[in-house]
Amino acid sequence: MKIASRFLTRPDTTGTVRLTVDGAPFTARAGDTVAAALLAVSGDAFRQTGKGAPRAAYCMMGVCFDCLIEVDGQPNSQGCMTQVRDGMVLRRQHGLRRLSGDEDRA
Amino acid sequence: MPEVDLAIIGAGPAGMAAAAAAAGGGARVLILDEQPRAGGQIYRNLGAGDDARAYLGPDYFAGRALIAALDGAGIRAEFGATVWRVEPGGRVVWSQGGKSHMATARHVLLAGGAQERPTPFPGWTLPGVMPAGAAQILMKTSGLLPRDAVLAGCGPLLYLIAAQLIEAGAPPRALVETQTPAAMLGAMRHLPGAFAAFPMLFKGVRLIARIVAAGVARHTGASGFNASPTGDGGIVFSFRTGRRAHQLQTPLLLTHQGVVPSTHISRAAGVAHEWNAAQQAFQPKTDDWGATDVNGIHVAGDGAGIGGAEAAQAAGRLAAFDILYRLGRWSADARNQRAAADRAALRRAWAIRPFLDCAYAPAPEILAPEGDTIVCRCEEITAAQIRQSYAEGAIGPRQVKTATRAGMGHCQGRMCDLTTRGILASCGAAPAAPRARSPIKPVTLGELAALAAHQETSS
Ligand code: FES
Repeated sequence: MKIASRFLTRPDTTGTVRLTVDGAPFTARAGDTVAAALLAVSGDAFRQTGKGAPRAAYCMMGVCFDCLIEVDGQPNSQGCMTQVRDGMVLRRQHGLRRLSGDEDRA
Repeated sequence: MPEVDLAIIGAGPAGMAAAAAAAGGGARVLILDEQPRAGGQIYRNLGAGDDARAYLGPDYFAGRALIAALDGAGIRAEFGATVWRVEPGGRVVWSQGGKSHMATARHVLLAGGAQERPTPFPGWTLPGVMPAGAAQILMKTSGLLPRDAVLAGCGPLLYLIAAQLIEAGAPPRALVETQTPAAMLGAMRHLPGAFAAFPMLFKGVRLIARIVAAGVARHTGASGFNASPTGDGGIVFSFRTGRRAHQLQTPLLLTHQGVVPSTHISRAAGVAHEWNAAQQAFQPKTDDWGATDVNGIHVAGDGAGIGGAEAAQAAGRLAAFDILYRLGRWSADARNQRAAADRAALRRAWAIRPFLDCAYAPAPEILAPEGDTIVCRCEEITAAQIRQSYAEGAIGPRQVKTATRAGMGHCQGRMCDLTTRGILASCGAAPAAPRARSPIKPVTLGELAALAAHQETSS
């Protein structure tokens, strides 16, 4: 999480959820989507495209698929359509993968 | 034997109003929505009970009654339900919790609403560039407020979001608008017709006054958008007004060029579509009740043409009334009588559209970009590549897709269809609406296999 969040720090609330991204622990609010939780703590990319370009969540409504991220071992999960859960393990993705998560396309 | 009388896809203003009206007339209703709660994007997360966000304004909280009405008798509501197929004959298939489900309905109402118009310009794929509507969704769902954002583009939503940010104590650094004084002047001729929508116009004027009073820097007639990354992950946003070049630094550039109907579901269902030149978007062809050329399928709300939340509610009810008539529950007379109030509401809401569509028409450079600007975000296809394919004989969306792969990625063209069309039109072609196919949202092979097995054992 090298780049500062592009959003203001939220006031502390109860009901925090603990999760990790690429091994680094962070907290989210219950009710956050994975995409919102990541945007709240970091301005970094969610993934890199097949050509190596950085991308982060974009539309926040399930349309663009730029928020694809590995959630609990399931690659290409739509971060903006997935609710956070305690103990969730996130990994940023590099390159293209099949939507089914079965194999790399390249 | 159909399990329900009416399946509604989308629980925004149109879908919710239709559900209440249809159930009120005695129909058994199933309403499905992809999000965890009812409300659509406009009332997103309203039901969650976080009322600390008064800065979102009274129009947001006005959605409460519609959401509450979904608890009424005769309505089964399913959330987190992504519909990926609608068949003629009323079979609806959706994905929920990693499994596929089916229901058969005598009538289907598509109320999928709108998405933001894709806004391609150099750098729009960088982290740090988002649609303004996406930031608003983050405000509604997570209480996230953009830090020193720059709002850029055009349309009433931009003013609303700017005012909400000011109210929340997180004013934007600047408001950069693409609409030109000439467009504004041209739109003035529609003002007399917009008189019925005076309260709405007045709201707009008040929003602008609020933004100006807060001291937010405002530029109009802007063009030549370009975003590039700074060393620390920020965005340098450059643009021109007239002959002056400007540069702004911001952690978050929020763009907007209006909203367009989400038509993947209606196109995949085989409904005929037409080009709306005033709104620069495709929309399904419907009659006065939202009925389409496919028997048993109605469309209502922004998914049938952009009209806003109030128009959507009225259109949703009108569709429900027509469906009650077709179900044999109401006579034509009863339907027509009940429709009067909503027809009037619809007329009022539509009255402002010609003015808005003209004053806040999307910028030409966004509709038909050039050069290295990425058009298809998924497959990373540029405007130049699409123009090249046209020069080599790809005169329609299907040929462009085959030649370049634009539109073949995960989003299935949702982020590039309109831009491809804009580029082809700027080259002199008159492209038809591109085809859409089920599944309209990605479904895993495992899920499909499970569904097939289920069908075999149950038939
Ligand atoms: S951010 Fe667009 S699909 Fe998730």
